[in-house]
Amino acid sequence: MSKSINIIKSTAVPVNIENVDTDQIIPARFLKATTREGFGENLFRDWRYNSDGQPKKDFILNNPTYHGKILVAAKNFGCGSSREHAAWAIKDFGFDVVVSSFFADIFKNNALNNFLLPVTVGDDFLQKIFSAVEKNPETEIEVSLEKQTISIPETGEQDRFDINNYKKTCLLNGYDDIDYLLSIKNEIEKFETSTN
Amino acid sequence: MAKTLFEKIWDTHVVKTIDGGPAVLYIDKHFIHEVTSPQAFAGLKKRGISVFRPKQIVATADHNVPTIHQELPIKEELSRLQVDTLKKNCAEFGIELYGLGHPFQGIVHVIGPELGITQPGMTIVCGDSHTSTHGAFGSIAFGIGTSEVEMVMATQCLLQTKPKLMRINVEGKLNNGVVSKDIILYIIAQISAAGATGFAVEFAGSAIRALSMEARMTICNMSIEMGARCGMIAPDETTFHYLKGRLFAPQGINFDEKIAYWSTLYSDEAAKFDKEININAADIEPMITYGTNPGMGIGVSGHVPELSEINEKEKPSFEKSLLYMGLQPGTNIKGKKVDYVFIGSCTNSRIEDLRMVASFVKGKKKADNVEVWVVPGSKQVEKQAIEEGINKIFEEAGFNLRQPGCSACLGMNEDKIPAGKYCISTSNRNFEGRQGPNARTMLASPLTAAAAAITGEVTDVRELI
Ligand code: SF4
Repeated sequence: MSKSINIIKSTAVPVNIENVDTDQIIPARFLKATTREGFGENLFRDWRYNSDGQPKKDFILNNPTYHGKILVAAKNFGCGSSREHAAWAIKDFGFDVVVSSFFADIFKNNALNNFLLPVTVGDDFLQKIFSAVEKNPETEIEVSLEKQTISIPETGEQDRFDINNYKKTCLLNGYDDIDYLLSIKNEIEKFETSTN
Repeated sequence: MAKTLFEKIWDTHVVKTIDGGPAVLYIDKHFIHEVTSPQAFAGLKKRGISVFRPKQIVATADHNVPTIHQELPIKEELSRLQVDTLKKNCAEFGIELYGLGHPFQGIVHVIGPELGITQPGMTIVCGDSHTSTHGAFGSIAFGIGTSEVEMVMATQCLLQTKPKLMRINVEGKLNNGVVSKDIILYIIAQISAAGATGFAVEFAGSAIRALSMEARMTICNMSIEMGARCGMIAPDETTFHYLKGRLFAPQGINFDEKIAYWSTLYSDEAAKFDKEININAADIEPMITYGTNPGMGIGVSGHVPELSEINEKEKPSFEKSLLYMGLQPGTNIKGKKVDYVFIGSCTNSRIEDLRMVASFVKGKKKADNVEVWVVPGSKQVEKQAIEEGINKIFEEAGFNLRQPGCSACLGMNEDKIPAGKYCISTSNRNFEGRQGPNARTMLASPLTAAAAAITGEVTDVRELI
């Protein structure tokens, strides 16, 4: 897993479908692995492949015109099951950023824990990205975590996104939550004695 | 200062708050299962650390287990590997496992409460979104991802941002034939599948108070289906009575002391919520979903919405959903033929659900065109059902009573609904492919599911009782 992120400039893949649940991102029957690798193969499995394993031509991930490190999704992305496999699959496929106007809570946390940056933009800006990318698949999108901005350099349009400071520092520096929590173990033990 | 139920529990579990960041939240109980834990254990091994508080973790195998012939080795190799990996990890790290063959085995959200492990005032997590179920006892309980499972194993803590607070008040008396599953399907249909995202939701009001513990669990279970971080209900006599005498509940004088504390867990009169919603219980009829997200619910006597009733932006998803379901806009849902009836899952597989179904089907036979699976939530539920003779009633009705597990709720183990078939399911998700590739799910209460089992079509149970 690539650690630490800041500026990502790339073309994007638009999946303009609302309420994409994690069962679509990675169906349950592909959750049987005991490692974190290889889930990208089955990302959006049932939208991407027919039951005989042939790629479905009309699904965007099978269209070579669209490629890049940024997945642009419609509202309420990642709802449903808490499976972190969804974030692993997206990351493993090669995305570093997911853009939407609304993310489900657990998915957002899972993404952040895997250095996959969830960028929440306004509905209008999301539409702008969709139309720019659909019009010209080579349109680049630029995300700066440091500045908390997302822009379409070609048109100069830009939006800001929120992220809490702690998480931002973690992502910029490649720290993870477990390292932090382990470093305050004394305080956790003290807390346990004080509440018992 | 006046506090909500959520705040009372949250405040006593914050170890510290990071400046401009999340809180370090202490977790009392951690449930694990075979699907979302292997990578967490692998993470610990990679870091060379052990589980910090193994006694606060309980494990079970539920998602991948077969529901017939559980005494035999699991046929599918990868499923077997996952279940075996859990066994090895639990042995290595000193964690109690109620695995296959154990008298306590079952769906994680069924066994926690029935063993008395789930208690008021606790913080509870599990690598599973339906952990919200445990909130029915007045605890903060929510689903987490595998990295967070590893975090809790390593430190018994999580980094969490305090959610916004919502209260949903359901007042009045329920109509005949309407049960707790209908309440929650109705609420989700009202506020949408994302209507509570970012919120912790407290369910309150006279209709909620009147529910049994198991019925309350059904409601909190599906809080995640409206996007909520967690769902909860203030503990009361019903809660205490349910817990009394359960294996891991406090016993004797300890229990009485606990009750004194638990009785303080309610939202103070002057406590503030970021949002309140009021529901009139009398407005609720038996519910069913017609689409591919849990917010697409209607009363059984209603019709699939007309295209004109859907707002412009949502039309593409609505049409995609109906195409998948093979349904036409504007048609009546009642009378629609069904192929499968699935009674089970952490939403509705407890003994009361089975009793409700049994008392309805007693002396009746299933329709020829349906296959009916009843899957108890745990070994203990199964045992109780047999002791009460419920198994006989199902047998006579032509229902197939299986062994405990998640079963056809998620299309992961052997139990799948075939492509294109319609299944009335008491589970919680009707997503595309959830019960198997191209399976078509209609969510409903155990009563509505039982009625469909008898008639072979979507039925208004009120006409049969
Ligand atoms: S029964 Fe279904 S929803 Fe519940 S834990 Fe199992 S798979 Fe998840």
